[in-house]
Amino acid sequence: MEIVMAFVVGIIFMAATYLMLSKSLLRIIIGTGLLSHGTHLLVLTMGGLKNGAAPLLGEHAAQYNDPLPQALILTAIVIAFGVTSFFLVLAYRAYQELGTDNMDRLRGTKINE
Amino acid sequence: MNNLLLLPILIPLFTAVILIFLNRFTVASRWVSVLSLLSTVFVSVLLFQKVRTDGIQTLNLGNWEAPFGITLVSDMLSALLVLTTSVIAFACCLYSFRAIGEEREKFYYYSILQFLIVGINGAFTTGDIFNLFVFFEVMLMSSYVLLVLGGTKAQLRESVKYILVNIISSSLFVITVAYLYSVVGTLNMAHISTRIAEVGQPGILTVIAVLFLIVFGLKGAIFPLYFWLPGSYYAPPAPVLALFGALLTKVGVYSIMRTYTLFFPHDPGYTHELLGVLAVITIIVGIIGALAYWDIKKIIIYNIIVAVGVILFGVSVNTTESLTGAIFYLIHDMLIKAALFLLVGVVIAITGTSNLKKISGLIKNYPLLGWMFLLSALALAGIPPLSGFVGKLLIIKSGFEAEAYWGAGIVLMSSLLVLFSVMKIFINGFWGIHRTYEKEEKAPVSWLLISPAILVIISVLYGVGAELVYPYILEAAETLTNPSTYINAVMKE
Amino acid sequence: MRTNDLILQTVTKVILFIILLFSIHLFFAGHYYPGGGFIGGLMTAGALVLLLLAFDMKTVANILPVNYRIMTAIGLLFSIGTGAGSLLFNVPFLTHAFNDVYLPILGKTSLHTAVLFDIGVYLVVIGVTMTIIQTIGEDE
Repeated sequence: MEIVMAFVVGIIFMAATYLMLSKSLLRIIIGTGLLSHGTHLLVLTMGGLKNGAAPLLGEHAAQYNDPLPQALILTAIVIAFGVTSFFLVLAYRAYQELGTDNMDRLRGTKINE
Repeated sequence: MNNLLLLPILIPLFTAVILIFLNRFTVASRWVSVLSLLSTVFVSVLLFQKVRTDGIQTLNLGNWEAPFGITLVSDMLSALLVLTTSVIAFACCLYSFRAIGEEREKFYYYSILQFLIVGINGAFTTGDIFNLFVFFEVMLMSSYVLLVLGGTKAQLRESVKYILVNIISSSLFVITVAYLYSVVGTLNMAHISTRIAEVGQPGILTVIAVLFLIVFGLKGAIFPLYFWLPGSYYAPPAPVLALFGALLTKVGVYSIMRTYTLFFPHDPGYTHELLGVLAVITIIVGIIGALAYWDIKKIIIYNIIVAVGVILFGVSVNTTESLTGAIFYLIHDMLIKAALFLLVGVVIAITGTSNLKKISGLIKNYPLLGWMFLLSALALAGIPPLSGFVGKLLIIKSGFEAEAYWGAGIVLMSSLLVLFSVMKIFINGFWGIHRTYEKEEKAPVSWLLISPAILVIISVLYGVGAELVYPYILEAAETLTNPSTYINAVMKE
Repeated sequence: MRTNDLILQTVTKVILFIILLFSIHLFFAGHYYPGGGFIGGLMTAGALVLLLLAFDMKTVANILPVNYRIMTAIGLLFSIGTGAGSLLFNVPFLTHAFNDVYLPILGKTSLHTAVLFDIGVYLVVIGVTMTIIQTIGEDE
């Protein structure tokens, strides 16, 4: 199962990288979202995949799942949610202000244009 | 258990929330903000005293036992850095009153500033690797907002890139933590250290070490990963720039210092060698940038990169003496960079430009500004008896002792070139023919000079009183080279 | 062209309350079962977004004159305050206290300080989500 997950995560990362390398800002944002999803799946896989019972609810099962990666993912999801929405609003503002979502046109560091 | 070490995080957090309510009352929010930072400084001094007398302080959040819950740890290094951070934040906040403009103040500027301090102080204090990630994110989120606040075209454009770089590095951070968790099965930094010592750092852990270097290197701007820094830091106004330049990169440097001494001291032949080489290249790249530009902001920004290189070279040599030097130089650099950026802000407020070729003869009308700039420029280059000297001396000396001749030689040379790059500003900007500038009358110079004056005075005292500070820095370095004190304090066996 | 969204509006009026009730259920279930402040808050925000979709921004602002930024701040204050309360009793930050109390009607109920913390989270999530939606949706 871990092997399958490794491939899944790899494919997601590949797609994310492809999207982030494109010129449109919207695609880049989707790419970052995809990247964080891949990361969360990776954390889940790294904690070990097994058919255990939910932990902390009594000592009745033979095997329990590790709750820690799930807690980490929850935290990371919340953070990714915040960052992505901030990025989206920023991109929208940048589009309004600069009149383009093409990264090529956003080049340069000159301050007075 | 000691709740004191939480207060430098909790006070700014509370203030940040209160400032959201006070948003409409600009004057009130200014003073609430400054008073809270002043009390943060006070609490940090208390914490420093406590660490000095009673050794490492720990706090298990939510009363969960050490390796299971989140632990906050305050050793000498983190207490010193928290203190420095609070002082710099206080100075920058005072400076912002007249420099940041009503527009930004209305958009929660002070509140976000407090959140930034929460993130930085938290990152310095936490003893849990995932919690470090969370505090990093708090810090980064605030930095995104501070960077974009004001919404000029350049700011929007630069923040898009800055955010993209940081999202990628945050994802890498989570990936690295996941790998580390799968190998050692714990997140408590002291516990990770003992587990790694048990398995003796096999190859996979070296990979993780390099991943950590990439993650923190992106934040700390080391050689191949510094490309985002000059552009992004150029956009925001002076007080924000001072906060970023003095604090953000240093959090990355601190994290490298912590992980490389606590987790990965077992295979220095690969990891520390790599760090050393990258540090030296970082210095060279930074120097080239600092010499090439004729823009005062850019010159100082490239000097950040040089300083990061110097500190990391000290870390890579990895002896008690070199780490003492690195910590000494780290604190010096935080203070002096903040002072320099604030002074540059004053120059820009007077002249309305940061192009060195359009500025000259400032010292005639603003002698105090001129002398303070000279003093901090000399301190930056490391002229004795100012504060940069001791740190660099220790780093170079230990470098030669560890037979890293190339690195130590380049650090030595870099001091000279750094001196040249900042003297260029002094000679061209402050000497020469006196000019008048359009905005000159309106600039509130005397108010703006208060904060850099505070920082320059502290920095001079830090340099002259090096003899007095040295024992504490040495203690901080000894905790780093000897992780067992840290581990014992956290795990309490 | 004016779109005819009569069906959406009518359905929303009914469904809105079901979603809100379910979100409150999720919130209280959170202590022992899946759920909690974050999920509950997101679901409430979802209900409000549905309202925004069915009617326009002005109507919704008239029905619910809430400043979501202040709501976020109140939520944060709740959460931090609950955590910081433990400082008064000289136990570590965020230490959790609970007790079984006999309440009229409800009978024996276990009360936790974690619920106060969760109320904070609930408010923050609604506040933040709605602020984001409003920022993007404000100008047509």
